[in-house]
Formats: sequence, structure tokens, C-alpha cells
Amino acid sequence: MRISLFITCYNDTLFPATGQAVVRLLERLGHSIDFPLEQTCCGQMHYNTGYQQEAMPLMRRFVRIFREAEAVCIPSSSCMAMIRDHYPKMAAEQSDPGLRSEVEELLPRVYELSELLVNRLGVEDVGAWFPHRVTYHASCHSQRSLHLGDLPLRLLRKVRGIDLVDLPNIDRCCGFGGTFAVKMGDVSAAMLAEKMRDVENTAAEVVTAVDNSCLMHIFGGLHRARAGVRVAHLAEVLASTQDDGAQEAGA
Amino acid sequence: MTIRVGESAEAPPFQKAALPLLEDPQLRKNVRHATDVIQRKRGLVVAEQTDWQELRNAASAIKAHTLRHLDHYLVQFERACTAGGGQVHWAADADEANRIIAGLVKQYGGNEVIKIKTMTSDETGLNEALERDGIRAHETDLAELIIQLGRDRPSHIVVPALHKNRSQVREIFRERMHLPELGDQPEDLTAAARHYLREKFLNVKIGVCGANFLVAETGSVCIVESEGNGRMCLTLPDVLISLAGIEKVIPLFQDLEVFLQLLPRSATGERMNPYNSLWTGVHPGDGPKHFHVVLLDNGRTGILADAEARQTLQCIRCAACLNACPVYRQTGGHAYGSSYSGPIGAIVTPQLLNMRQGQTLPYASSLCGACYEVCPVRINIPEVLIHLRGRVVREQKSTLDPEALAMKAAAAIFTSRTRFEAAQRLGRLGQAPMVSKGWMRNLPGMLGNWTRVRDLRALPPQTFREWWKAREKAAGKGSHA
Repeated sequence: MRISLFITCYNDTLFPATGQAVVRLLERLGHSIDFPLEQTCCGQMHYNTGYQQEAMPLMRRFVRIFREAEAVCIPSSSCMAMIRDHYPKMAAEQSDPGLRSEVEELLPRVYELSELLVNRLGVEDVGAWFPHRVTYHASCHSQRSLHLGDLPLRLLRKVRGIDLVDLPNIDRCCGFGGTFAVKMGDVSAAMLAEKMRDVENTAAEVVTAVDNSCLMHIFGGLHRARAGVRVAHLAEVLASTQDDGAQEAGA
Repeated sequence: MTIRVGESAEAPPFQKAALPLLEDPQLRKNVRHATDVIQRKRGLVVAEQTDWQELRNAASAIKAHTLRHLDHYLVQFERACTAGGGQVHWAADADEANRIIAGLVKQYGGNEVIKIKTMTSDETGLNEALERDGIRAHETDLAELIIQLGRDRPSHIVVPALHKNRSQVREIFRERMHLPELGDQPEDLTAAARHYLREKFLNVKIGVCGANFLVAETGSVCIVESEGNGRMCLTLPDVLISLAGIEKVIPLFQDLEVFLQLLPRSATGERMNPYNSLWTGVHPGDGPKHFHVVLLDNGRTGILADAEARQTLQCIRCAACLNACPVYRQTGGHAYGSSYSGPIGAIVTPQLLNMRQGQTLPYASSLCGACYEVCPVRINIPEVLIHLRGRVVREQKSTLDPEALAMKAAAAIFTSRTRFEAAQRLGRLGQAPMVSKGWMRNLPGMLGNWTRVRDLRALPPQTFREWWKAREKAAGKGSHA
């Protein structure tokens, strides 16, 4: 299948290793990747902070770039949730029936990474090898917007060599919340402290998730505390094989 | 018109109000413990209800329908209540409600009242208003009594003294009830409260209550509670005055079937409330001789007019969203500076105040969605929070606000590939003075809020798209924009 990658603005800029892992993983599974260079941002930050007008052209841009795609892969559950939860409503507010139907037609072909792998491509064992103690952080959007359920865990359980350990209080927010992390910095920090305790109690070497945004926040706290725990996006864990050496993931 | 929600007019911004609370380990421990206990109990009794989602859908549909025809159902309620011997008053705002109630108390020759827990009276500031008129209000709900004696503010909609633990309660009772020998066992404290309250129940002739539901069809009022002190207030006095928000009306008696299953399970983790009181007007020789209902608007019709946020008025004040909220969990209710705290408070308070106050409250959420998941009437709180953030930006923010300018600039960057790629390169250059060993530990401005507790990875030397372009070039494909 030809899969179009919407990498998201912050993965593109801050976490290129995640995008590289997605490409490696999907190509290994026999698919070809298309990366339209005109893509930028889904508009989530603007929309969720109250700048809904500013998000509108970004929605139009996304639709224009990806409307012909066979399948779109997004390695970020919060950006995926922005698109799935809010684009239809945003489009409906415009007096543009064409846009509305374009959004409607495009959405069923847009997938968060673990949805794409399990639900669309029907694969759980992606042939990965990752010999580390790993705990999975379920981001709020992955749980309560996309309802991913155990999709990411099903993928992780099939990884060779992995020592997968449950994260306590997995349904509790880590305190990132986009601009919340700076607007309400002290509350966010208190939430992070609880999440870090839960992570440390697992004795995991690596925290993984389908959102680098949560991981940036969690790792930022762990690094400050010199906890010696690292983070890796799910794609990086799944892309690792015995050949390329797992130690690179999330380094 | 004086719309007031408790003391919210004087409340500092959320992030400021949260600070002293975050530095109070005892309070945070009390909040965590209490919300954990209620959540656990709720989880058990919700799980055993196989039609829970259908009940939620039904409740949401009933409430949405009622709100669309609120005028009709309120008038129907007034008619039925009056036919049953009750009297209905209409109050446009907090002051008018307080005036009506003070007037009634004086009309019946009273100078004190006993009260059932009612957050609506906290919203209007009733106790203080009565006091100014020389009328003493005695709270009889145990938690409200603790708050009143401790000169405190409620921190939770259902369990207002949740931020206090047993020994703190003992201190309050010891001092305010003059009981130097009081122990700290639950029996000691309830015995002290019972002794203190019984005298009020027997002597005070006017009761003030709220309402959980007003039934339009029959004119009945329904109140659920756990202690039985409410039942005393509803049955012993000669005069009963109920203060109720106009959104409390439901069309049919039969609708209670839905709500009386959802409310106790959501609020206290009980299958049924220990006391369910339901009455219609007055009955000779049985209960109060005079019954009044004060219907309160105080900003509610303003909420009704906003189609996107109208669902806010579906709330039945169960506080399940507070118990589930990871933000409330850290701060407790006082940070919200309102009678209504937690996620529901964050959407109710600023709307009642027509977005002129409480503007930081819609931002007091990580949008994690736990509130929506537990809401028994399916209020999509995250969606309303985002909508209200939009209203704050559009109606309250100056276009010269630094955040607004930054957001405009970011929007301009994201609408052009050239600008986006330039910004990526510029960011990499600009960060250089702040980077040490691949990390940033002390950023200026708003981002300083990030690095105060978290490190930030420096921007990597190559963006994903640069890597992609190089790879395509190496493969001889070139760029295909």
C-alpha cells in the first residue's frame, strides 16, 4: 500500500527519529511511503488554546494535501484526535459544502499509527526486537478520544525480547495538555511528579507512548531528576530489529 | 442585574490561586484520599449497572429536551406547584433571590433558619445576605457545618469539607462548639454534631433547602442526601423555602427513574441515597405549613443562548467530574474561586459571569477527557472548555496580547511551507546560546514555566523533512513537493 505520512509539526522539528522509525517500519512491512513536503501542522495548538479561526486554514491545508491519499498515517494520537474530533465540526461551520464532504471522505482513510498497523494492515507482529524493560504510557487522546484500547499493547506484546511492565494509574493524565504545561505550569508539574513516581515504580528503562508530546514532558521531568529512564515513541520500539540494534531507539 | 457566583468576583487567576494549595501537603493528601475512595466506590456500582451507557444517553436526552423547552416546563412546574399549595417566586439574579428569601423569613416572623446543603445558596451568597438582614443561617449538613464553623469555603460540590481530615474537623468543633475534651473518632465527631444540631432542628421554624429535581408534571421537589439532617429540615419546620436553579426542572415524574439511578452512583458511589425526599406543595397536618420555591436565573439564560455551551446546564451536580479530574486532584476546589469547582466549575462559573470573570478557568484543564467519561448526563466538558477558550480569545483578549501575537505568528508560519522550514532553521540557530550538552534548562518568558521543572531537548541538527529530502535525493528521486 502507498501510505502518506503526516509527521506532525513537532515530530518533524523535534523528533525526527520517530518519523524515520515510521518510514523504516512501514517499508519493512512492504509498503511505500509518501511524504508531501507542503504539510505543516494540523492546527491543534491553535484550536485547543482558543484560536479556532487560526486553525481553519490549517485544516484546509491538510485536506488539500491529503485528499488523494490511499491512507494517511499519523504517529501522534492528539493530532489524530484533533483531525477526527474537530475537523468535521470545523468544516460544518464553514459555508462550504464541498469542504464538508471532502473532510467526510478523507477521514476514514486517516489513521493513528497503531490503528493503521492493527486495524488497517492487520498486523500485530511487526518483527521487532527490543530487549529492554518497557512501560507503556497511554496518552489521554489515545484512550478517551481515539479509544485505541489495547492496540499499542498488542503490538508491544509481539516484540521479541521486550520486558513489558504495566504502568500503574495508566488512565491518569501526565499533565502535559499542550499549552496547559506552561499556562498552568505548577499544576502541570504536580501532575508530572505523580506520573514520574508511577514510572519509577515500574523500574522500566524505557517509557513508550503513541505521543511524543507526553513523552517530551515526562522525559523532561525524568531528565531533570536524573532518573536514568529514557523514552521512545512506539514507532521507534516497533522499528527496532536485531540487525540495526535496539540501543539507538529513543537515545 | 448582579450576577454572582459565590466569591468569584474577588478570585485570583486559577494558576495563582493554586499555588498555596499545591504547597499544602495535608490538603493535597486529604483531596487525593477522598477522591480515590469515592472513585473506587463509583467504579464498583457503575460496573454492576449493565445499562449504564443507555441511562447516560437517556438522561442527556431528557435534559437536552427540557432545556430546549425550558420556558414551557418552568411554567408547568409553577402551575402544578401552586396547585399543590406551594408558592413560586422568580429571581433574575443572586440579589433578588436573597431578597425574596430574607423577605419571606421576616414575613413569617423568623430571625434564623436551618439549612440543607445547597450549593445554589452558596452561589447567591445567601448566608451573608441573610446575616446582613439580621437573620442567622444554621448549616445542618455535616460538611457544611464544618465549613461554616471553620469560616471556610466549600471545596467540593458534593463533599464541601473534603479538604479537611478528621483531626482538623475535631479542632474546629473543639474550638467552635466549646468542647475541649472532644475525641477524634467518627463517633465522637458525629455525636458532637448531633448534639449541636438537634437543638436547632427542634427550635428553628424556617427551613431553607435547594433542589435536586423539580418535576414539572406534578410540581414536586426532590432532594437526595445521606445524613438525614436534610429530612429533618424538610419535615420539622413550619415554613420551607427551596432555592433552585431554573435548569433543575425535569418534565415527568417518571424521569426520576433515570436520574435517581445515575445521581447516587455518580456522586457518592451508592446504589441509592439513604434519604430520598420528594414532596408536592403542602399537606395539612404533615410537614411544613408553608412552602415556597425560588427559581433562580443568575446567568443561566445566558448559557442557554449559547448553542455550543448549552449542555453545561444539563449538570445534576454529582461531582463525578471533580473526583475524576487530575487537575482537581492536585489543587482541590478552592483554586477555582467559586461555589462550583472542578471541570464543571471551570465551565459553569465563567459562563454564569458572562465570561467577564473566571477567564482562566477554561484553561484549568489538560483536556484529558476523564470528566466527560464519567459524566452521567454526557456533558462534553472538554468540548465546552475549548469553546469557552475561543470566547475568551475573541471577546476578552487584546490583539496586542503577547500570547495572541505569538499565536498569530505561528499561524502565519504554518500556512506556508517556506516560512515553516525557515522557522525550523531559525529555531535551531536561535537556541544555540541556551543549549548545553543537548539540553535546555533555563528558557526565558512563558517557556520558563516549562524549564522550571522540566528539561527540554534541544532541536536536533536535522529535521525529519531534511532527512527525507536527503534520502530522496540519494535515491535519485528528488523533491516532489
